[in-house]
Amino acid sequence: MLRVVSGVSLTAERGQVTALLGANGAGKTTTLECAQGLQKRTGGTITLLGQDPAAAGADLRSRVGVMLQDGGLPPSARPIPLLRHVAGLYANPWPVPELVERLGIDAFSRTTVRRLSGGQKQRLALAAALIGRPEVLFLDEPSAGLDPQSRQVVFELIAELRDAGMGIILTTHLMDDAQRLADYVYIIDGGRNVAEGTVQELLQRDHGVTPGAEQVRTLVFDADPGLEFDGVLPPGAEILEVRAGSYTVTGALAPAHLAALATWWEARNIMPTAMSLQARSLEDVFLDISGKDVR
Amino acid sequence: MNGTPATTGPAPSPGAAGNPGGSTLSGPATLFRRVLLQGKYEALAMLRNGEQLILAIILPLLALVGLTVTPFLDGMGASRINVAVPGILALCAMSTAFTGQGIATGFDRRYGVLRFLSTTPLGRGGLIAGKALSVLVVLCLQVVVVTLVALLLGWQPPAAGWLPGLLLLVLGAGAFTALGLLVAGTVRPEATLAITNLLWILLGALGGIVIPGERLPGAAQAVVHYLPSGALGESLREAFLGGTLNGAAALVLLLWTVIAGAAAIRWFKWN
Repeated sequence: MLRVVSGVSLTAERGQVTALLGANGAGKTTTLECAQGLQKRTGGTITLLGQDPAAAGADLRSRVGVMLQDGGLPPSARPIPLLRHVAGLYANPWPVPELVERLGIDAFSRTTVRRLSGGQKQRLALAAALIGRPEVLFLDEPSAGLDPQSRQVVFELIAELRDAGMGIILTTHLMDDAQRLADYVYIIDGGRNVAEGTVQELLQRDHGVTPGAEQVRTLVFDADPGLEFDGVLPPGAEILEVRAGSYTVTGALAPAHLAALATWWEARNIMPTAMSLQARSLEDVFLDISGKDVR
Repeated sequence: MNGTPATTGPAPSPGAAGNPGGSTLSGPATLFRRVLLQGKYEALAMLRNGEQLILAIILPLLALVGLTVTPFLDGMGASRINVAVPGILALCAMSTAFTGQGIATGFDRRYGVLRFLSTTPLGRGGLIAGKALSVLVVLCLQVVVVTLVALLLGWQPPAAGWLPGLLLLVLGAGAFTALGLLVAGTVRPEATLAITNLLWILLGALGGIVIPGERLPGAAQAVVHYLPSGALGESLREAFLGGTLNGAAALVLLLWTVIAGAAAIRWFKWN
């Protein structure tokens, strides 16, 4: 239904949350703004609901909701009149009172936009993006500035709209957002997409793990530096000394690996100073792919 | 359906989120309604803004009173008030279309309001049309207020002056709106604020708006007829003093509209 091509190809489907994940300056917002028709693209093709967004008319714009990174709300406006005004631009808007209640906007309906907190502004901007009952929703950094409660409300609504068939494309630099919300993730780096897949696929990427494994775990432990573990573990996992005295076991970890390691320690009377079993996060994948350099 | 956490918030009605993607639900309001709504919204925003009100109503009224109690306009062949009012109406057009609208647009651009609204069914064209409409609405109110005060002060406009007068005001509003958009779309909002306020004072005093061209220094007299301020001020005085339409001035205003409008289309930065 929706296809973004800019040197690389991105596709977002109805009824899915598609996340563009990347560091600051990776090209997420630019990609989004080209798809929204806000920026002129220099090449490539973009198809949004079967049309080119650069030549979008009012019909296409009415089917697409946009929440900008900076909100785009007039500072002197009050939430309800602003939403009423935006609602009036659509033939069949979402009733303002319903949306206001749903996003908790009634709690600050008398305050001007200028005096709202970051999270309140975000919720208002989301309401403004949703008021036309769009089929496609673009969210640029939707959780920026949200407190945990707001975040819960916003995420639940996004999941619900997705389940109701809306196609949602969001950008984020927060791995946690993508992990919680996204059905499909594109990792953007240096203006290209460098990896893609479901969250599960990305977590299992390049680790030789059979797809379908419930969770990919990493065992980390600290012990004396320079230990040699050749042939200690059964196949499927390996031990790396990432820093002197810090070891990481990666792969399809099974109880047999833990047992083998424990037996080896017992035989040599070695007690690790710290040990923990961690779920591999999207952040690990992201850092693997786009490198650990700050840019 | 998948790992989505169960929702705990108040459930939206089935008609709302239940089928947000239903193609029968999405759709724009008509173009007419969109522009009308935007015009109303912007006009109300302008009228609720204290600084804008001072610029649009208070300062022109002060200038009107000032010109009727001082001898600046004596010896023009007509009473002070009859010479002053057309210039004040021209000043109103510049206040609203150029300075007020320019500043509002500049800050809307800064805060991303232009970008957001251009993603709604309103679009860029509707946004500009809405701004032009709001300028006309506010200008109508200014004309009513200034006219009422002027009549109380003894203004006696010829009936034949209204048709050319109002036509020229609309042309002037067009030229100043285009110029205001050009400034607002190309420089920072702080610079827009400075430029449009400074030009309001300069053109208001020396641009042939409230002080007739023949009362200005020689150098100003030569160029003032080609400025939008001079063209509007002079032609409005001719309309409301003699009931005539100055075609050359109307052409000057149209040219400013076309040139500034084309420049704004070419160089306007939306973000």
